[in-house]
Amino acid sequence: MQPTISTSPTGAVDWIFWILDSAAFKWIFLILLLVMPLASLLTWAERRQSAMMQDRLGPNRANIGPIRLMGILHFVADALKMISKEDFVPERAHRVLFTLAPILALAPVFVAFAIIPFGPTIFPHELAHVIDVRVGIDARDAISMQVYPVEFGLIFYFAIMTLANYGGTLAGWASYNKWALLGGLRASSQMMSYEVTMGLSLMGVFLVMGTLEPGAMVAWQGPNPLHWGWAVQPFALILFFTAAIAETKRAPFDLPEGEPEIIGYFVEYSGMRFGMFFLAEFIEIVFLASVMTSVFLGGWQFPFLHVDAFHFAGMVAYLPHWAVVLIQFATFGGKVVFFCWLQLAIRWTLPRFRPDQLMQLGWKRLLPLSLLNVMVTAFLVWLLWSWGGAR
Amino acid sequence: MSSQHGASAEPAHAGPEVVSVSRKNPKVRTVRVVRPALQDASFIIPTLKGLQITVKHFFKNVLTRAETQTIQYPEEKKPYPPRNRGLHRLMQRDDGSVRCVACMCCPTVCPANCITIIPAETSDKKVEKYPAVFEIDELRCVVCGLCVEACPCDAIRMDTGLHAPPVEERAGGVIDKDAMLAMGTRSIAVQGGAGSEWRGKSDRG
Repeated sequence: MQPTISTSPTGAVDWIFWILDSAAFKWIFLILLLVMPLASLLTWAERRQSAMMQDRLGPNRANIGPIRLMGILHFVADALKMISKEDFVPERAHRVLFTLAPILALAPVFVAFAIIPFGPTIFPHELAHVIDVRVGIDARDAISMQVYPVEFGLIFYFAIMTLANYGGTLAGWASYNKWALLGGLRASSQMMSYEVTMGLSLMGVFLVMGTLEPGAMVAWQGPNPLHWGWAVQPFALILFFTAAIAETKRAPFDLPEGEPEIIGYFVEYSGMRFGMFFLAEFIEIVFLASVMTSVFLGGWQFPFLHVDAFHFAGMVAYLPHWAVVLIQFATFGGKVVFFCWLQLAIRWTLPRFRPDQLMQLGWKRLLPLSLLNVMVTAFLVWLLWSWGGAR
Repeated sequence: MSSQHGASAEPAHAGPEVVSVSRKNPKVRTVRVVRPALQDASFIIPTLKGLQITVKHFFKNVLTRAETQTIQYPEEKKPYPPRNRGLHRLMQRDDGSVRCVACMCCPTVCPANCITIIPAETSDKKVEKYPAVFEIDELRCVVCGLCVEACPCDAIRMDTGLHAPPVEERAGGVIDKDAMLAMGTRSIAVQGGAGSEWRGKSDRG
């Protein structure tokens, strides 16, 4: 199942596989077909969902002629509005950094998506058949649905997302506005505090699964739902989810933004520059949902669906490879959508923290708990190892 | 971090319990600070409780619109109460002419000075005066309804239930006599009351 890189393509078919297997193609596929549509829809879904939770209807009127689609077109209207608005730069702002900041907020998220395994490994020659696991598969033209399968996958994620810190902080500093600067400082202190907990809570998962590569984590979890991350590391799930929501600056931790009341770091931004911060936040929701899915919910694994068939309680139902692949793609999409929905639901349920409460929760509660989780996990893993030999 | 969701018995803003007060300075007190219980401080159970409520509403509204309060305004209108004050209209006499006798009560009482009346004489012997011009600037009108109360002959009413229409220019907010008269109907009130002969008609003779 190891992804292989065809170094010397010969013949037309090989060329097609080489293109399909290239990182650039997979990245474009992932971003254009999954991430951007989902993030754009989330801008609408957030308002609609909050409305439904509050017994309202929400935006349902954007339309092209008679085509209304429950108001989904609102994200098109928003984009048109953002692009056509005045692009205002304060007179004494640092123009270079002011321009750079939204890019720094948006770009790291796109890069971080490289580590997400968004689908199963596809064997193009076997699409029409049921894969026979007893016979080895020619892995030469296997297409791995992961842009950058690398040993230090989650470390890469933390490293890249730290760069997103600069987006908020620089936006606050470059705006030449005291409130924006304070907002930027709040953002950077919050993100740095919660990164510690994020890293430590995933350490427990690392200890159990023995890998930091999300693709290998999904493979380790397998198709049994009771063997997924949520079952082996339930505390890590809660800790990581909480810290990651704080890291992405979503409510109840959205005080770096706090647009109308406490004035966040993008107070001086308008038009599409503001739109980029806004979009970055929604892409981060999708990214966090993808990470949660891969680490704690078995990634693209559908319950009891192996590479060749459903295996459940001795019963076997064989499926051709294309059907397995489709189900597993849909499973990944469904799980990501579920976590996006959950994040929105939490955002519209909880009120915002105060900065001191935020810091207390981060340093005095989540950090010790995640340390405890690492130690207990390490002890249990050691115990299992010494009792049952190598796992 | 006080508990918002807990079923605690004490009132929400009771303040800390005072244990002892200093004799030298009564402002110096020892108070007992009540920290939230562990299950509330962890935020996990309160979050789940909150989610239970919001998610219940979410699914109820998505599946059945059972609790949705929204009125889809232009298509769906909530009827106004009968005493709602809307756009003005001028009532008509039996022959369709304006009931107003240009007594100038309404522009006098109007706090916003939005009513313009230019009275004129008419050849009709029964009618002393009539408004040659009757204009109301709906943009100035504060919708107080005093003009209706001041009117002695039921000529002006605000019972149309209509809003002042949106206009491109301020001049467009001025509504004239013909437009208001077109919205008017016949009034059942007798024009001019019993008239000047009322003494003769009274039962005292």
